[in-house]
Amino acid sequence: MSTQTVEAPLGMTAERQAVVEGAGTAPGKDWVIVTRGIKREYDMGGEIVRALRGVDLAIMRNEYVAIMGPSGSGKSTLMNVIGCLDTPNAGEYWLNGTQVSKMSDDQLARVRNKEIGFVFQTFNLLPRATALHNVELPLVYAGVPSVERKRRAKEALERVQLGERMDHRPNELSGGQRQRVAIARALVNNPSILLADEPTGNLDSNTSEEIMRVFESLADQGQTVIMVTHEPDIAAHARRVVVLRDGLVASDDRRSSFVEKLGIATPQL
Amino acid sequence: MPFFEAIRLALQQIWVQKLKSFFTLLGVMIGVTFLIAVVSIVGGMSAYMTDQVVGKIMAVNSFELRHRPNIQLGDHSEERRRELNRRPRIRETDVAPVAVALPEGVKYAVVGQDNLTAQSRYVARPKNLLIFTVSEDYFDIKKMAPARGRLFSPQEFERGMEVIVIGQDVADFFFPSLDPVGRELTIRGIPYLVVGVMEKQGSAFGISFDKFVIAPHKSPLNRFVNVHGVIDAIMIQTPSREGMLAAMESVRQVMRARHHLRPNQKDDFELETSDSALEFWNKIKGYLVIAGVALPAIGLVVGAIVIMNIMLVAVAERTREIGIRKSLGAKRRDIMSQFLVESATLSTIGAALGVATGFAFAKVIAFVTPLPAAVELWSVLVGISIGAGVGILAGVYPASRASRLDPITALRAE
Ligand SMILES: Nc1ncnc2c1ncn2[C@@H]1O[C@H](COP(=O)(O)OP(=O)(O)O)[C@@H](O)[C@H]1O
Ligand SMILES: [Mg+2]
Repeated sequence: MSTQTVEAPLGMTAERQAVVEGAGTAPGKDWVIVTRGIKREYDMGGEIVRALRGVDLAIMRNEYVAIMGPSGSGKSTLMNVIGCLDTPNAGEYWLNGTQVSKMSDDQLARVRNKEIGFVFQTFNLLPRATALHNVELPLVYAGVPSVERKRRAKEALERVQLGERMDHRPNELSGGQRQRVAIARALVNNPSILLADEPTGNLDSNTSEEIMRVFESLADQGQTVIMVTHEPDIAAHARRVVVLRDGLVASDDRRSSFVEKLGIATPQL
Repeated sequence: MPFFEAIRLALQQIWVQKLKSFFTLLGVMIGVTFLIAVVSIVGGMSAYMTDQVVGKIMAVNSFELRHRPNIQLGDHSEERRRELNRRPRIRETDVAPVAVALPEGVKYAVVGQDNLTAQSRYVARPKNLLIFTVSEDYFDIKKMAPARGRLFSPQEFERGMEVIVIGQDVADFFFPSLDPVGRELTIRGIPYLVVGVMEKQGSAFGISFDKFVIAPHKSPLNRFVNVHGVIDAIMIQTPSREGMLAAMESVRQVMRARHHLRPNQKDDFELETSDSALEFWNKIKGYLVIAGVALPAIGLVVGAIVIMNIMLVAVAERTREIGIRKSLGAKRRDIMSQFLVESATLSTIGAALGVATGFAFAKVIAFVTPLPAAVELWSVLVGISIGAGVGILAGVYPASRASRLDPITALRAE
């Protein structure tokens, strides 16, 4: 790394800087996510693709963070690492004060089940299962008994205003409704972080706004939210914007300065 | 994931693709059908051999002292044949010592038997019949009763009078549309008065058990059945099965002493039980059971291969589902058991259908042949467990492949 001078990311506070630099030590309990020099490389038949080249990131409880960047900059890869779907080749990843970068498959599965709620661009609902059953799934793997599972899944669906559509299958629901089912599913097991990779990527702008309002209200209720998007006006909903470029953090701003810099209007909330 | 949840899921999955599922489980179904059918046919034949064949010849809890076996299924070696021919006959003088050695409550009857030609005045043709000359307890031991007429009186037994009882076939042949009771049948020039016609005994393998004539042992008929002083058998019946073994041992000791056998010499007489009569059948049964296991085994192996392939296809088709489940926290074990339960359920359904068709098969056999359909519970249980076992075995490889899929790669699948 010494041959390459990386410009210190803009707007990174001293506190964050400090926690990111404390290699090998567990961060304090307010830090939900701390990554230190995360690298993820893919071997494409001899040619090495460096999706992440040393990402430092520190996110506190109750933050609402957008991750932006051009296509191929490593946003999804970073989200997969944070969501414990993928493991980095190098670096440290601390989630809620425990290091997950060296966990086994089954330990990661447990973390995904208990700590992470993932919302995908393509919804990833089971096509043959009803909305209710889709939302129940994380609880099935958490070993929650059937009756309680149904009750909690219903509650989660009601939180996203889908109480009336519980018995519908995904193909009987609109795109926005499907994404709300996915959000209900992500939330049902009370995860410490809600991750969303381009959650509005497959939705029209009205529906996107509707989904953003759901995120907004979740963030207001204290849910930690990390959302990937390449649309600035979607990112502008978040309170903090991290920009990736070529597998590195290029900037890390509060929303106000981000909005100012890009000259976009503050969205109507 | 809880077990019942997994089964419900598997049933759903199977139901969605009914036709494909059916063809998948066909192999297992055919295998189990064979198993159930073969086991029930063998069981049916066994029951038939025991009840209809040997049971008709041998009475319950009884054995017969003979100089050589009466019931011969299968061939003897030349050496064995020679040994049998050297054996001394059982004699009337053996009866009293044997009877004395028998415990209290044991019944016995002296039996002579031979094939002789008989004739009646109502039918021109003579006919060869199986003739028995028996002592008093014979009818009681064999549980034989007259359908018409009566049995012999103690005097008739005692004095050896010229009276007989006959089987249904004998009655039908020699006394067509006549009541045989009170009429005569001539054997070797001596007329015998028919006093009773016995209940129908039935037949096995097309051989009738109703072609007999029975006379008191002291009847003049006995002269033509055996040379003087010789008898064919002493039939002995004990109240219980345990008593039978003890009685057999007593009789063995008496006869060995009477024949002056040294300890190293083998018995030169036969103590024939229904078990020893069934020995040859049991051998055949062994081969049939092996065939009955080998045939289904082929079906089950084919079934297992089919299920394994279908499950591999299912894993490929449902890669994305696996990715989704993993992203939501499914562990390897969860995915593994999901697919294992699915293939086991599939295969168990196949086995259950196989039990049903095997059962139907056995019923058809029972309908078109004289064999009873003895579908045994153990074969049903074995069939079902084998079905489930095959499913689990066939599912292991596909399920472990599914469980090892990388979540990200799986999520990207179409
Ligand atoms: N499984 C993979 N195998 C090979 N290359 C990959 C894989 N996943 C991502 N990449 C590469 O890593 C880089 C970052 O990808 P990604 O994280 O998906 O970017 P973004 O989400 O920002 O568009 C891209 O160059 C992409 O081609
Ligand atoms: Mg992406």
